[in-house]
Amino acid sequence: MKTTYREAVRSALRHALRSDPRVFLMGEDVGRYGGTYAVSHGLLDEFGPERVRDTPLSESTFVGAGIGAALAGMRPIVEVMTVNFSLLALDQIVNNAATLRHMSGGQLSVPLVVRMATGGGRQLAAQHSHSLEGWYAHIPGIKVVTPGTPADAHGLLLAALREPDPVFVFEHGYLYPLEGEVDETAGASEIGRALVRRAGGDVTLITYGGSLPKTLEAADRLAADGIDAEVVDLRTLRPLDTATVLASVAKTHRAVIVDEAWRTGSFAAEVSARIMEDGFYDLDAPVQRVCSAEVPLPYARHMEEAALPQPDTIAATARRLVQGRG
Amino acid sequence: MPILGADMVAGTLIAWRKQPGDHVSRGEIIAEVETEKGLIDVEAFVSGVVERLVVEPGATVPTGTVLATIREDAGAPAAPAPEPIPPAPAPGRRARVSPLARKVAEQLGVDPDTLQGTGPGGAVTREDVERAAAAPRPAPAVARPRGRVDLARMRQTIAAAMARAKREIPHYYLAHTIDVQPALAWLAEENARRPVTGRLLYGVLLIKAVALGLREVPELNSVWRGEHAEPSPAVHVGVAISLRGGGLVAPALHDADKRSVGELMHALGDLVQRARTGGLRSSELSDPTITVTSLGEQGVETVFGIVYPPQVAIVGFGKVTERPWVVNGSVVARPLLTVTLSADHRVSDGHRGGLFLSAVDRLLQAPERL
Repeated sequence: MKTTYREAVRSALRHALRSDPRVFLMGEDVGRYGGTYAVSHGLLDEFGPERVRDTPLSESTFVGAGIGAALAGMRPIVEVMTVNFSLLALDQIVNNAATLRHMSGGQLSVPLVVRMATGGGRQLAAQHSHSLEGWYAHIPGIKVVTPGTPADAHGLLLAALREPDPVFVFEHGYLYPLEGEVDETAGASEIGRALVRRAGGDVTLITYGGSLPKTLEAADRLAADGIDAEVVDLRTLRPLDTATVLASVAKTHRAVIVDEAWRTGSFAAEVSARIMEDGFYDLDAPVQRVCSAEVPLPYARHMEEAALPQPDTIAATARRLVQGRG
Repeated sequence: MPILGADMVAGTLIAWRKQPGDHVSRGEIIAEVETEKGLIDVEAFVSGVVERLVVEPGATVPTGTVLATIREDAGAPAAPAPEPIPPAPAPGRRARVSPLARKVAEQLGVDPDTLQGTGPGGAVTREDVERAAAAPRPAPAVARPRGRVDLARMRQTIAAAMARAKREIPHYYLAHTIDVQPALAWLAEENARRPVTGRLLYGVLLIKAVALGLREVPELNSVWRGEHAEPSPAVHVGVAISLRGGGLVAPALHDADKRSVGELMHALGDLVQRARTGGLRSSELSDPTITVTSLGEQGVETVFGIVYPPQVAIVGFGKVTERPWVVNGSVVARPLLTVTLSADHRVSDGHRGGLFLSAVDRLLQAPERL
């Protein structure tokens, strides 16, 4: 069935709320307003204010409450409006959610799911547009998933709810209206597994989340030039499926990593380092990265477009790598 | 890997003649190396005991690569082995070769450092290595008969050396006609006295005359060292020898000024034989201090050569033709020979070149003293 990314998330939420009485949703404007991105539209009417709860504008408070509820045996789904705002809850996330299992010697677990919007491209300016999921991927004790298709938005959210530990789901804002095939009966997907979205032999384009459609478009342009690009969708940043990345690089011998975050200290750097560590002798060219310009994301449309990775820049980088100077 | 020609960049080790523990004397043959000039015997440049063979037979390595280490006699420390000419590796900078290309090159037995890269930044890629491996190559080196020369590669080498000569060396050219009747008359008489196997060809008189003439104009017997010419105390005359099937080499007749014409004749016969069947020695290829070329037998009267770097002069001889010539006021028929000099104007001038050709003329008028 063809559906939007937004509807796919909603459908997964509905499925979870229906099938498990311990599940509830809370966050800013998720109830009466239907969610800032209209993801939870209609859920308040269907499940009532006990299970779809509007919260005060205090990320630290409601993420902390979610941790407490999870410790007490609930299966909370917490929506944070954007990744930029989630920084207010970092103390709860890093010092509590991620540590309690370890610090309690396994006596406690925090089966919490936190969803948030990430990324730019929608003219929401520098306080609502950044891609900070790479920071979260740094933290042991949590899992980080980045669905790039409607099917993954559905399947990975269901998978997150089955995890005994905190899972952070990053939904790229640019993806919400995009459509794709979703099999709602397929159930939970697999966290920690990357997928080859397009097979090719000349160069591997590694990406995730909101950059996936752009990267697939770049691969189409490259195909028009006779360059056969393979696109690997990471899907999960922690734990990272290094094996799938390395298998692809072993096939194509060239890698371009597309990551909407800033290049310096980016998750792309982590992927590049893994390729260096375990795939060095398969490389026929230096690993390349396509990242965002190192500026707070601009508001003006043309400037924002120029700052973000685009199909053209991705294709040009791959072309340089494959064709060399020839 | 010794540099056995001005533009040699790599060579293939074919076989070791010595093993670790063997004693080797300076000048003794230690290895056989294949180059675009064919199979060359590499001589040890120090005396001592072979410590370690570094390069395996079959491997192609850049010039300057250590092939083996020899512990010098009298307890001197081990020195990097047989290199008549000090290696000139590109300092510091490692060739840009992709990790994959290096791995594949090792599997395919290609030296990636000698390839021209087409990848990003000019790096050598797997494709470059595979192309090099697939390019027509001599059959497995070890199985190759001695003396077979890769003519395409030799052509490239000649092209590179000659293009460099014409690009870098400001040539000047002189020609002079010599009456060779006295020389030929003496030669006929001398050969009548010699056993058939010891007979002389007139070419050997020309080589000896050139060698002695160089003592009078020593700057023509020099080696260009990048900024200046260094006169060579020894006269090693490179003799251009054309090979069957095309191409040529110009190995050295060592100390041509000090050896008798009989000895030179014997050495020349040996040199021509080995140039055509393989087995030239490394010193013969790297030592020439001047080249003599003679197209005489092919019937041209004059040949102007191109200087072979790092030498600074080349002497050309045409064919002997009978022509009218004025002797003591009368026109008589005489066998005449045109000798030419092409020389590097950075090192010598036409005046000095002229003195040299006059000296060759004068020396040929008294062949018995050659």
